[in-house]
Amino acid sequence: MNILEINNLSKVFRLHILHGKKIEALKNIQFSVQEGEIIGLTGKSGSGKSSLMKCLYRTYLASSGEILFSSRAGKIDLVRADDHAIIALRKTEITYCSQFLSVIPRVTAVDVVCESLLRTGNKEEARAKARGMLEMLGLPTELWDAFPVTFSGGEQQRINVARAIIGDPRLLLIDEPTASLDQKTKDTVIDMILELKKKGTSVICISHDEYTLERLTDRRLDLRFGELTEAAMVS
Amino acid sequence: MSGIKDNWLLKVRNLTKIYGEPNENTLKLTGPSCNSNICPETESIVACADVSFDLFPGEVLGIVGESGSGKSTVVKLLYFDMEASGGAAWLKPFSNGHSNMLDASNQQKRFIRNHLMGMVYQNPRDGLNFRFSSGGNIAEKLIMAGNLHVGNIRDRASGLLDKTEVPVRRMDDRPSSFSGGMQQRVQIAKAIANNPPLLFLDEVTTGLDVSVQAKVLDLIRELQQELGIAMIVVSHDLSVIRMLTDRTLVMKNGRVVESGLTDQILQDPQHEYSQLLVSSLL
Repeated sequence: MNILEINNLSKVFRLHILHGKKIEALKNIQFSVQEGEIIGLTGKSGSGKSSLMKCLYRTYLASSGEILFSSRAGKIDLVRADDHAIIALRKTEITYCSQFLSVIPRVTAVDVVCESLLRTGNKEEARAKARGMLEMLGLPTELWDAFPVTFSGGEQQRINVARAIIGDPRLLLIDEPTASLDQKTKDTVIDMILELKKKGTSVICISHDEYTLERLTDRRLDLRFGELTEAAMVS
Repeated sequence: MSGIKDNWLLKVRNLTKIYGEPNENTLKLTGPSCNSNICPETESIVACADVSFDLFPGEVLGIVGESGSGKSTVVKLLYFDMEASGGAAWLKPFSNGHSNMLDASNQQKRFIRNHLMGMVYQNPRDGLNFRFSSGGNIAEKLIMAGNLHVGNIRDRASGLLDKTEVPVRRMDDRPSSFSGGMQQRVQIAKAIANNPPLLFLDEVTTGLDVSVQAKVLDLIRELQQELGIAMIVVSHDLSVIRMLTDRTLVMKNGRVVESGLTDQILQDPQHEYSQLLVSSLL
């Protein structure tokens, strides 16, 4: 079953500050994603990978086309859906893990990771689950109750990954999940994502790392100047 | 996803406040396209016009904009600090959302303020009575909401001060002897004393130093998470908006120029003014 169908998606930035200059970031993107499928998104810097991810998460407003997501409540076009519907989906079905961690100061690592569960479920269970994930990811225990703002790049990245997958999303959008990690932690992150795949989660993953792409993805889509290359269409 | 539309807590339509005597051209001759909120024909001032939005239970909505854009006016109209010139607002817990609360009688408005809303102002002097002790300020709100048992009131007040990290032993001191951050936390304790489903926060961290700011933001976030209070956060500080809110309205010259998910407003602003605002972020 397709969880995502993207049709003729385009994104043009119109910069009023530069007298209405237009920048075309994505052109006629078309692909679909099956339940439990992991797609690798590749391409040079500036080819539109992150723009595509952000359109899928609605951080960017697509200029045309549609993004049909098969939510638990039925099909919904993420381009046109009401803001409240998007907020509801982000809480339960779609998560986005960016390259950079942006967190509220003075919230502990454990609470940052389980924030989405704290809102609804049992707090102690949520924190226990977060601690379990941080343990798996090898984050030193003395950091669990510290504030991630002060963490190193690799530590922040693990927090970021843990936070995005803790709620078993149906669609995970993940940007460079293994970039600043050592080999062992990289394998742990990959294993955790593969574990999610077994539960039916679909994943779109941006990476420049051949090892990660090889181990993780079912197929790859290559972007060039905002368009999917032909090789990508065929596979 | 069809049922989602009816899930609102507060529904606001065409909320308008005009000072002076407007004529039929006033709304046309003011707003962002004219870069002014003063009507050239009548010199009436359009503080805000045609503001519409839905707020869901537990949702945090941000309002950003420069000084004089009308963002504080919106919350002051909704909290009945000022009288609206036009528009309507419905609050679910008030007559089940069937009557426009802006048309309610004064007695009903007092009930709504005392039982269903809380307000935290930028200046603690607007929200607190400096002649009362900090505990007395909280008691005042509790008494207005119908709590008359002195023992219960004292227990609840000390619980609230504890929650907002104000030393309970200073319960009988006046807020004038407190630091700015502490005064702000007493004000928040007072605002949530009646367990309101809706809280307005008007520039609550402006003028506080960063560590105190972080403490106040922390408290607000925690309250939202624990108590599920819906909030409208007015701020010109985009970092505050980013940290606290799910959705944001951008205002200029009394009008909403753009509304959307907060991360979308901050990363892909559409309106000329929002782009300027975001690119001015340090």
